[in-house]
Amino acid sequence: MTTTAPEAHAEVVTHSPVQDVVLPGGAGVLALVTLDNGKDHTRPTTFGPESVAGLQETFDSLRARAEAGEIQAAAVTGKPFVFAVGADLSGVPTVTDRAQALEIARAGHRAFATFADLPVPTFAFVNGAAMGGGVELALSATYRTVSAGVPAFALPETFLGLLPGWGGCWLLPRLVGPEHALTVIAANPLSQNRMLPAKDVARLGIADVLLEPADFLEDSLRWAAAVLTGEVSVDRAPVDLDDAQAWDAACDAARKNALAKTAGRSPGVLRAIDLVRAARTSDREEAFAAEDEALGDLVMSDELRAGLYAFDLVQKRAKRPAGAPDKALARPVTKVGVVGAGLMASQLALLFARRLGVPVVMTDLDEERVTTGVESVHREVEALLEKRRVSPDQASFLTRAVTGSTSKDGFADADLVIEAVFEEMSVKQQVFAEVEAVVSPECVLMTNTSSLSVTEMASRLEHPERVVGFHFFNPVAVMPLLEIVPGERTDEATLATAFATGKALRKTCIRSKDTASFVVNRLLGRFMGEYSRIVDEGTPVEVADRAVAGLAPMPPFVLLGLVGPAIALHNSETLHRAFGDRFHVSPTLRRVVEAGKRGYYLTDERGRPVPDPEVEAMREQPAEPVVLEVDEVRERVLGAIAEEVGIMLADGVVEAPMDIDLAMITGAGFQFWNGGIIPLLDREGVTERVLGRRVLPRGVASVLA
Amino acid sequence: MPRELQEVVFVDGVRTPFGKAGEKGMYAQTRADDLVVKCVRELLRRHPELPKERVEEVAIAATTQIGDQGLTLGRLTGLLSGLPKSTPGYSIDRMCAGAMTAVTNVSSSIGVGAIDVAVAGGVEHMGRHPMGEGVDPNPRIVAERLVDESALVMGRTAENLHDRFPELTKERCDAFAVGSQRKLAAAYEAGHVQPDLVPVATRHVEKGWGLATVDEPPRPGTTLEELATLRTPFRPHGNVTAGNAAGLNDGATACLLASQAAADELGLPVRMRLVSYAFVGVEPEVMGIGPVPATEKALAKAGLTIEDIGLFELNEAFAVQVLSFLDHFGIADDDERVNPWGGAIATGHPLASSGVRLMTQLARHFEAHPEVRYGLTAMCIGIGMGGAVIWENPQHADYGKDA
Repeated sequence: MTTTAPEAHAEVVTHSPVQDVVLPGGAGVLALVTLDNGKDHTRPTTFGPESVAGLQETFDSLRARAEAGEIQAAAVTGKPFVFAVGADLSGVPTVTDRAQALEIARAGHRAFATFADLPVPTFAFVNGAAMGGGVELALSATYRTVSAGVPAFALPETFLGLLPGWGGCWLLPRLVGPEHALTVIAANPLSQNRMLPAKDVARLGIADVLLEPADFLEDSLRWAAAVLTGEVSVDRAPVDLDDAQAWDAACDAARKNALAKTAGRSPGVLRAIDLVRAARTSDREEAFAAEDEALGDLVMSDELRAGLYAFDLVQKRAKRPAGAPDKALARPVTKVGVVGAGLMASQLALLFARRLGVPVVMTDLDEERVTTGVESVHREVEALLEKRRVSPDQASFLTRAVTGSTSKDGFADADLVIEAVFEEMSVKQQVFAEVEAVVSPECVLMTNTSSLSVTEMASRLEHPERVVGFHFFNPVAVMPLLEIVPGERTDEATLATAFATGKALRKTCIRSKDTASFVVNRLLGRFMGEYSRIVDEGTPVEVADRAVAGLAPMPPFVLLGLVGPAIALHNSETLHRAFGDRFHVSPTLRRVVEAGKRGYYLTDERGRPVPDPEVEAMREQPAEPVVLEVDEVRERVLGAIAEEVGIMLADGVVEAPMDIDLAMITGAGFQFWNGGIIPLLDREGVTERVLGRRVLPRGVASVLA
Repeated sequence: MPRELQEVVFVDGVRTPFGKAGEKGMYAQTRADDLVVKCVRELLRRHPELPKERVEEVAIAATTQIGDQGLTLGRLTGLLSGLPKSTPGYSIDRMCAGAMTAVTNVSSSIGVGAIDVAVAGGVEHMGRHPMGEGVDPNPRIVAERLVDESALVMGRTAENLHDRFPELTKERCDAFAVGSQRKLAAAYEAGHVQPDLVPVATRHVEKGWGLATVDEPPRPGTTLEELATLRTPFRPHGNVTAGNAAGLNDGATACLLASQAAADELGLPVRMRLVSYAFVGVEPEVMGIGPVPATEKALAKAGLTIEDIGLFELNEAFAVQVLSFLDHFGIADDDERVNPWGGAIATGHPLASSGVRLMTQLARHFEAHPEVRYGLTAMCIGIGMGGAVIWENPQHADYGKDA
């Protein structure tokens, strides 16, 4: 990916050939349509304009044949492992005119409606992954079977800032009721884009029957024949279109949840909920027209373009980290050492053992700490076993793979040693010197420091070229991001080993320059610092929160509780030391840390954050309070972030602006509809104002005007 | 502890429709293992009275055991068919008699009491795995003249059979082939064949999914005149043609076998009882004669004579080798006890799968002919062998009594 504007995209066309099947039991002839783009399952079937035109042609011919009495039923199914994963969105960046967007919406509606309106019963045999337009095509059929082998079934559009616009917002609520429909259309996409497993597709009533994968298509045809002959009757839970109250209540609940998740900054999901609300009373024509208009608006929205940009980062750029050396240079890792046996060290030990399948030795200063660390790993393995995330044999392996010692002798045959000790330069230098005395000259030394200089940490070693920063985010098992930080003297083999290891750990790796707090903590530090400064100067938290809503996954002070006040303070102090006053160190935060508080909030009985009165009492009380309005806060906070982005890019902290966004999405939970952060700064004119230029050209993560 | 032998019964058998091998065949893009899995699934679907964990063996034959016919196909077939992991499996190769050998092998296991219920079957996707794919014949075979080079080409062994028995003319072979086509067409017409065919979803990138429900090779209405015009690819001015031999085909079969005791316990239907079997080697150059000594041996083991056999299911690899069998035993070319629904010349012969097709059909014939007590399934085998299995009809009045 480059930062240049998008070019026209060649569609991978999904064809829709038809074969006639003579159904058993005298049920007649079924025309079986296969959706197939001619590629294997790694390139799932999608619907671009040419594919949709082909579907239209196929369904038109089925209509003629049905009217001529040649076929008694029609069905669609997919190539092996894939039903269809929806509209081909790769062409969206080239759409510059709302009329184009509207036509995409209308063409899909026309084709699917032609299928739905065939004068014979229609079936969808959902044999594999089904998403978006694929699901909507299935919903257009009279009946649906689903294979128990289907791994993912979803309407993920609102996750990207779009909505199910080929009938989904009308068909689904009328099939399964508004509550289930909104789970699929709104709640799941906003919960890390959750997908339905096959059994839930049947349980929610979206599919009429769940069939085993071994002979799914044969069984589906048998079932279709039985339905046609009346041998099987399809009973569905009725949907009450007259109960306006219940219908609206479901929509209200979904809206509330969506607002809580997006702060109203992602228009797609709210439009989708509105369409589901209207589905109770609208007829198909009205509903589809409303979907067309909504799609027209959303496709032309910068939020969707940012969502697609973010999706592309996570799906593609994350798999090919920028600035990674040739992977052939990477050394094999057959044993890992972890210095330290604290909480972070234990998490690292388990992750390495689990993902690399190698022995891991943890060391610490005394027996007690070692025992505590190893026990903590064992407890975690036990928990994984209980949740069936690992098998008993795997649990047995992991339990034995992670061992502890007070001596570093066990590192002698390790290929990689990572330190997770106290965040102080002299301590880390000392630790590395001790490790170097034991290990081979090629053994890679990694530091999980979040802010210290890798170059300085390596400077006193005999082999400084083997040291590399390997910065995880907490909780290690959950957060996808890994910042990989070469020091000045780090060699290519070490760096390649770091990237290969990061990939094996299934992390999203970003290369960062060796500067204070690297990428995420630096930008987050600037954000939190500016926010805290504004609050410390007298603006109420509620006002400040409204200003930054929809930026991070939660309000800054709630996030601070999750990170831990001490760590946040340490980060802000480091940054302040390195870069000066543009990074604010909050006196309130310092007092909170000194008081040993774990955050600014307590949680009420329903798990919601409520301000801690003791913290309230510690708050900075400015002599002359400056109370800003919401807009002013937003301008200042976004302005500060934009300034920092500009400095980081100028200093070459990352390889490209996209890496900042990818890092903020995967390391700080920043939002897709903001494209992480830079597309938001560009579209609100902040970069223009602060840096005098957009960072990403128009069309990359915004509509090409 | 003295060993007690168990009676072995044939519970049920099914097959896929057979396809023509090659790019244009209906299974061109369908996997071989998937074909046999569909058969096992059908057996399990038909017999809900059989708990899956009671299946104690899956023996699957394939001549070319590589690719989708490799990797211990019998074991994988069990896993892919949804049998429990505790059900073992293995692969078998005795060329054309693979499935027949799968049946006799698991029957022997049942007989000695090692197991009680087993699946046996075979598959050959000759489109994906042409005969001789990847073979590396030992150079000693030629150097020491262990066999004539013609022995490795089945069509040439059939021509050799014509040399040995000049009375087996091309005209007789063509007439037999016409009869085979006619009988299969009649059986289809009467709906005899279809009940034991498993519909198979056929995958094709350009054409999309289809459903195979009938055999692809048959040429109903074939005439002697048409056959007379065909080429003789194995010898200039020879006798063997595509019309009087089985073709190159894709297909799979599977059947359920059980001890009599297990069948009684579980309520499994008893369609046939295994009486005896034999495999015998012959000169590889005339492998088609193999069923003759194999049948003689199986009859001897059973204490029966050819006159006791009321129904024959003989694999029609080549018309000439079936006729050599019939001549030997003094049976007319058009005897109605022989291959009542036609044979491989019409249905096709996906090598290792065919044995179970013979048995499945014999079981159906037994139901229609309670007056017949014994039936024979027999086939010739490449590299010079024959196989024969004799079965008893449970419908017969004297079933279970000493012969």
